[in-house]
Parts: sequence; C-alpha cells; structure tokens
Amino acid sequence: MSGGFLQGVKDKALPVLAVVALIILGWYGLSVALNWAQVSERLVKDGGTPGVAEIVKGTWSMERPVLPSPDQVAVEFAKTTFGVKVTAKKSLVYHATVTASATLVGFALGALLGILLAIGIVHVQTLDRSLMPWVIASQTVPILAIAPMIIVVLGNIGITGLVPKSIISMYLCFFPVTIGMVKGLRAPDPMQLDLMRSYNASQSQVFWKLRLPASVPFLFASLKVAVAISLTGAIVGELPTGASAGLGARLLSGSYYGQTVQIWSALFMAAILGATLVYGIGGIERLVLRGAGQSASTRS
Amino acid sequence: MTDNVIDVRNLGLVFETPDAPVHALQDINLNIRRGEFVTFIGPSGCGKTTLMRIIADLEQPTSGSVTVNGVSPREARLKRAYGYIFQAAALYPWRNIQKNVELPHEIMGISKTERAEKALRYLDLVGLKGFEKKFPFQLSGGMQQRASIARALSFDPDLLLMDEPFGALDEITRDRMNEELLSIWAKTRKTVIFVTHSIDEAVLLSTRIVIMSARPGRIIDVIDSNLPAERNLETRESPAAQELAHRIRMGLKAGHSYDEVK
Repeated sequence: MSGGFLQGVKDKALPVLAVVALIILGWYGLSVALNWAQVSERLVKDGGTPGVAEIVKGTWSMERPVLPSPDQVAVEFAKTTFGVKVTAKKSLVYHATVTASATLVGFALGALLGILLAIGIVHVQTLDRSLMPWVIASQTVPILAIAPMIIVVLGNIGITGLVPKSIISMYLCFFPVTIGMVKGLRAPDPMQLDLMRSYNASQSQVFWKLRLPASVPFLFASLKVAVAISLTGAIVGELPTGASAGLGARLLSGSYYGQTVQIWSALFMAAILGATLVYGIGGIERLVLRGAGQSASTRS
Repeated sequence: MTDNVIDVRNLGLVFETPDAPVHALQDINLNIRRGEFVTFIGPSGCGKTTLMRIIADLEQPTSGSVTVNGVSPREARLKRAYGYIFQAAALYPWRNIQKNVELPHEIMGISKTERAEKALRYLDLVGLKGFEKKFPFQLSGGMQQRASIARALSFDPDLLLMDEPFGALDEITRDRMNEELLSIWAKTRKTVIFVTHSIDEAVLLSTRIVIMSARPGRIIDVIDSNLPAERNLETRESPAAQELAHRIRMGLKAGHSYDEVK
C-alpha cells in the first residue's frame, strides 16, 4: 500500500506547502514595501542613485528592518538555536526551556485547580451558584493589568523567578479546564445516572465510574486550549519583570534595541513551543482514549 | 408469608404546573406476585413508565403507598432488588461488554474473579459469548440491548424492570429479542415488569396485562393471559392469542373514548 501512502502524503502535504509558499512570498513582498523608504533614503544619503534591484536587495538585508525577511529570521533562528551551546544566554533553546518550565508548572497547577473547581461546582449546588460568576469574572480582568501586580506582590514577599510566572499561567489556564470539566462531568445522560441509582451507587462511585470517564474527551479538549494560553501567560509574566531569561525577556530586549530579527525568531520559537505542547496533549489523549477503546467511537 | 412481591395502593402522582395540576397517576391499585410477567400497556403519557419508576424508587409518588417485598421501594433499592433495563442499552462506551456487565458487581464490591465469572455466564445466557472484549459501538443495537439484559440479570435482582427495552429496535430484531426474552424468562423465572406500547409484545410475553390510559394516568383493565406457558413467535397467531390481542385493543379503545367524551 506504499502507493496509497505516498498519495496520502501528496494529498496532505501539497496544500500545506502551497500555503507556506504563498505566505513566504507575501512576506518578502511586505519586507520590501515596509523597508523601502529607509533603504532608499540611506542609499541616497550615501551619495548614490540606487536602482530598484539594489533597493530590493537592501530591504532584505537590513540590520534593523521594520520587517525582516524570512531568510534573515531563519538564519538568526538557526544560529541561536543550533549555533550556540544550549546553556548559553544567547541560545533560544535555553530561553525556550525557561519559559516552558514556567508554562508546564502553571499548566499543571491550573489544570488541577480547574478540575477541582469543576468537581465542586458539579457536586455542590451552592458552589455552582456562588463560584461560577467569580470564575467568569476572573477572566474579564486583562492579564496585562494583573500580571505586574502579581509579580510586584510576590516579589515583595521574596518570591521571584518561576513561581510568579507560573501563577500568571495558572490564572489564565484554569478557566477553560473548569468550563470544559463542568460540561464533561455533566455529560452522562439520565439513563446512565438512573442506572447507578438503581444499583444504589455512592456519590463517589458515580464520580469515578461514570462522571470522570465520561468527561475525558471534554478534559482533553480544554487541556489543549489551556496549555496554549498557559504559554501566553508565562511569556506575559516575563515582560514586566525585565526578566533576564525566557522568550518574553528575549522579546523585550529585542524591542529595547530594535532587534526585530531577534523578536521574530523568538516569536517562531514560541509558536513551535506552543504547537509542541498542544500536540503533546493530543498524543496523550490518543493514548488514553485508545486504552479506553474510545478512539474509534469518538471518531465515528 | 405472602407471595406478593409488589403491592401498590391508592397510588397517585400529581405534578404542579403553572396553569393546572397534572394527574400523572391516579388511584393505582395493583399486586404483582412472584414469578409473574406483568406488562403495562397504554398510549404515550399514560404514566406506565412513571409507575415503574416509582416502583424502582426513581420517582416519588404524591399519595398512596408502594411496598416491594414488604418494604418501601427505597429500602428495596438499597438492598439492590432492581434490575432496570432502559429504552436504550445505556452501556458505558469506555468499557468493553464484559466490563459493562461487571459494573453492578464492582459497585456492590464483589471480587474480581466472581464478577468475571458472573459476567461470562450471563453473556453466554443472552447469546453474546465471544463478544466480551468488544466495545459497545462495535455491537448492533439488538446486541447492545442483550448486553444490558445480561447486566441486569447478572446480579440476580429480585425484580426485572424493563422500560420499552425493544422500542428502538426494528421489528425483525424485536421479534428475535422477544423470543430470546421468552427463553431467558423460562430459565430464570424472574418477576418481570415490562412496559410497552406494542400489543403483539404484550400478548406474546405476559402472564398478566395491565391496560392504562392517559389524563389522568390510571389502570382501566387487568387481563390474565390464558396462553400456555410454553410460547414462541407462532403463539401470537393462535386463536387464544388473537382473542387476547382483541381484548387489549378493546380495552385501549375504551380508555381512549372515555378520554374524548371528557
């Protein structure tokens, strides 16, 4: 069936590659448009009468372009990812690791908090009424406003580094988990619940044998959202501290010195990290659902 | 010691609604003896399912009383006297068939080896030997419902309560399931309450038929079946069965016309 396999790759890869090619093409175009004025001005100042080809070439190789060209970003990305030791301050891998650890700690705490809140909300009616509005209200406060406060308050009592960033991540990512799990824990239909009642099952038996397994697909859907915004939270948490390490710090120092190439490669690293985390959750989901024989049933 | 398993007296259930109270059930009196196969038949909204749910302590009456083996439905439920079979199989999709049948045993704290042994025995009884490791979505609707019957029988409940269990199946599958149920009942002689709106099904399966009508939900007739104990699908075509079907039809009609006159 290798022919079929190749055909499958062709069918799937071609559209993706076509889109990538279009994006890169458009990007080169934008680089030219956005950097044109600066480049032509400089060349004129240097006493020349630059032709179009010369200016275009110039727009793709500026030191501090408005929009760097894709190859500049690729070169910077490769240099800072593979070209230096991963423990070095210049290494993007080092910065990504710093951000990833804050993301994962915040994600773990947020997922745990989200699940516990959902369990409370589903089982205790008072909590359903009293807690839910606060859960929703918590997300209407802009994180950019609250992040510096968290950093300042925790810094004041001597907590710095990973913990404040993780707390910001947690603050952002518990929300989708709570919402998803409340829905998941309420997913069993009345018959499945009546069945438990006819067996005289205890509330904890209903939870472990019915509500929890029924919520698994909902849990994973919300975990994927949560891990992505957890990364956003960690990066945001690195901005107000003037942190010396992490992708957020990299973005910040890049913008201080107008190092747009550095900013763009940090952005790419953040995107790759985010995608890796989401796909990681997806992989765990497939393993869990296969174990429970649900992979086929959820697909059909 | 009486052989009455269920004793329903002057039972009523009224739902309070904004405009007027709705009499879901009114003046229900009924005894069911051990080993009977009693069918509740009637149009939609006549309260047949509600009556069964009250007996199973899944719903509370507003007046009258029910005893099951001399105790309240609640106490009977706490003693796990009910094997309830729903309109859908209500299998848990993340458990394979055997694990689904083992579910009540897990909840009752029965040992692993014993519950596996029970599950296999009852899956064999309902003709699902060899399907133990399959997941519900891999089975047809009829097979799923058979698994749910195995699940209900496997912990040997006092009472089997079946709420239109074959209502969602096509007629051919339904016939086969009826035949299987006859043979299972012949082997186990459980006390069964069976809710249906199929006259054929009521005739074929029951030892007694309770005819109900709607608004208010009440019993309008109780017919003892005079069909022989040994039955199969052809039994439905015998003159005695035709006669019985006719009486049920007349009963349902009487309930209906009463409704319209009112």
